[in-house]
Amino acid sequence: MNTTQTEKSNVQGAEKKIWNVFFCGTGGQGVLTASEIAGIAAMIAGYHVKKSEVHGMAQRGGSVESHLRFGEKIYSPLINPGEADYLVAFHTGEGKRMSSFLKKDGVSLVGYLEDPKTQPADKRFVNTFYLGILSAYLPIPSEAWHQALRGKLKRFLKENIEAFDLGKNIGTKARES
Amino acid sequence: MLLNQRYLYNLITDGNIKIMQTKALLSGDEAVARGAWEAGLRVACAYPGTPSTEILESLAAYKDIDAQWSVNEKVAFEIALAAAIAGGRSLYASKHVGLNVAMDPLMTASYTGINAGFVAVVCDDPGMASSQNEQDTRWVGMFGKIPIIEPSSPAEAYVFIKEAFDISEKFDTPVLFRMTTRVAHTKETVSIGEKNEVALKPFAINIPKYVMVPKNAYQKHILIEKRLHDLSKYSETSSLNKLDEGSPNLGFITSGVTYQYIKETYPDASVLKLGFTFPFCDNKITQFAKSVKELVVVEELDPIIEDHLKTLGLPFKAKHETFRIGELLPEHMSIICNGGIKVEPVSSARKPVLCPGCPHRFVFSVLKKNKAIVTGDIGCYTLAATPPMSALHSCVCMGASVTFHEGFRRVIPTGKFVGVLGDSTFVHSGITGLINAAYNNVKGLIVILDNSTTAMTGGQNNPANGLTIRNEKTKQLSLEAICAASGADNVDVIDPKNIKELDALIKKRLTDDALSVIIARRPCKLIDRDRGAMPSYESEKCKTCGVCFAIDCPALTKAENGTVILDGSLCAGCYLCADVCPTDALKKH
Repeated sequence: MNTTQTEKSNVQGAEKKIWNVFFCGTGGQGVLTASEIAGIAAMIAGYHVKKSEVHGMAQRGGSVESHLRFGEKIYSPLINPGEADYLVAFHTGEGKRMSSFLKKDGVSLVGYLEDPKTQPADKRFVNTFYLGILSAYLPIPSEAWHQALRGKLKRFLKENIEAFDLGKNIGTKARES
Repeated sequence: MLLNQRYLYNLITDGNIKIMQTKALLSGDEAVARGAWEAGLRVACAYPGTPSTEILESLAAYKDIDAQWSVNEKVAFEIALAAAIAGGRSLYASKHVGLNVAMDPLMTASYTGINAGFVAVVCDDPGMASSQNEQDTRWVGMFGKIPIIEPSSPAEAYVFIKEAFDISEKFDTPVLFRMTTRVAHTKETVSIGEKNEVALKPFAINIPKYVMVPKNAYQKHILIEKRLHDLSKYSETSSLNKLDEGSPNLGFITSGVTYQYIKETYPDASVLKLGFTFPFCDNKITQFAKSVKELVVVEELDPIIEDHLKTLGLPFKAKHETFRIGELLPEHMSIICNGGIKVEPVSSARKPVLCPGCPHRFVFSVLKKNKAIVTGDIGCYTLAATPPMSALHSCVCMGASVTFHEGFRRVIPTGKFVGVLGDSTFVHSGITGLINAAYNNVKGLIVILDNSTTAMTGGQNNPANGLTIRNEKTKQLSLEAICAASGADNVDVIDPKNIKELDALIKKRLTDDALSVIIARRPCKLIDRDRGAMPSYESEKCKTCGVCFAIDCPALTKAENGTVILDGSLCAGCYLCADVCPTDALKKH
């Protein structure tokens, strides 16, 4: 991961020590897979990672949330309300419900699916599409993202990576605007 | 599931020196499995239960471990204990309420001791994300007079489990390894190692040690009290009880995941973190208490450390009793320190429901129509109790569907009681209730929802589907044969999708003067993922009676004018809504 340092310093706020990403949605949307891939990518990039969620009932259509934290050293596996740097919501209603987790100047990645111009071609890849958007904001090199995607996804790897790249383009534009 | 292949990444942590280090993003459950494997684990037994299920699932990925889903926790505990006595390191895993089923062997395992290391990993569920109660398993360790080890994170779980096996062997005792949902289901970067080959310990017949008749047990009790003393001494020097020296003005004593919340909230404070929770390290605690100006004890659930500090006569502050309920969160730390009380959050979370196309929904729809009073227990089917379905009327513990059915009928013999439970739960502890019902001549109706899996915990195999933990074919238990052999007068097998036949059968069996079992057999929708076409809907025919909404299918939502909105992305094409629609507005395509 020789590129880590240079890529890290290219990202805004790279002097920060801890990143907090809050994922939410409903059972079956791939929320946990998404936070898992992001966690593995952060680990590959050399960070200490903690990620927490409650499963069990999630598969049955209930609310799903996942807290992802990475940095030099992480203690709490949970993000405090008002301390998430990013809120990634696959479901607009759940995004609204969880908005209190976002900090004041945090970035809300909610509602992309309601705009026909910012959607993956296939709804099955919503989670990797959202990861692509998120990747535009995080100090994790693309090689780490791709390694994590390849390690975690068993099927439709090509389609998932396309959805990820599409999301990344959209995210990069959104960040710059 | 194959964590030893899929989740491992070789990382070069230093660009110049190129140290290769193997890291993995592991849950507490996976970390326990990895650590136990590296510690030379040979035999592992469990019955699935959230949040402990993934321990055995992960262990099964190591081909050199003899791993099994046992039919219940008592069976699992006894097999693992005997394996340790026979000389191989062994592990039992369950959730907190699972350990209740294994209490009988646990209490006397403390007396026999072990031979090779034996660790019981038990996951509590503060906040009850998916449990029927919130008991604090630390009491069980104290009750059984065995050591308790508590990790506060997956990385610690990986290290501590190895230590647990050593402690077990050093003190000839089972070890209770207690985790909570936030440790079991948190994932963390863990630096992992290689397997340590541990030789089998020779087994020798030793009647005074392994035959717990009164005379032998009396002698063993003497040894147990001595063992507690030895363990207390060990606790004083154990590295599992860690001191973080910080400001002398504020000090915390804590255990488990709460430690992480304290470090996050009060990074400068001094902390004594108990990882070897019981027996307590009294000297260490007293010394620490005297070294800080203000001492706060923070622990999740019951006031166990608190009560112990009182016996030591130490002054301290602790959480208000309202914080004994539910899980502690990082934002609670400052409230607790300031003596605040817990404000119960208003939950607006989406409730879990039976999946679209779930075969259970057909059965509950018919039971509801027949105004049955349903005694239930633990499984996906417990979700039938939530409104608007409201079709399940009791749930206490595994297997209680059958015994509650009998208890109700003993007082109200002519009531329309139906006991409903799943295939896995029936095998776990429903069979004994059925034998009892037949033996004690009760009439009535038990419905076994045979969906060929242990669904609620994520789809584990069980004797009734004839597959092992590694998906290998094995002897399959015939539910029909065992029900008949137990003494049921009628045993019917039916596909619940044939809703008219099911209705007729339930009506008949409810009036028969007999003990009947209906096996409603259809695979879980998460196994059989085939979807039918969406039903058609003609809003002109719809009388907005709302009957279809009572089946509580996630694919159906009510429009403002009372008509139906069908969600094609959720609909499984099971047509139950069409079956119940009285006006044919919803129709099979």
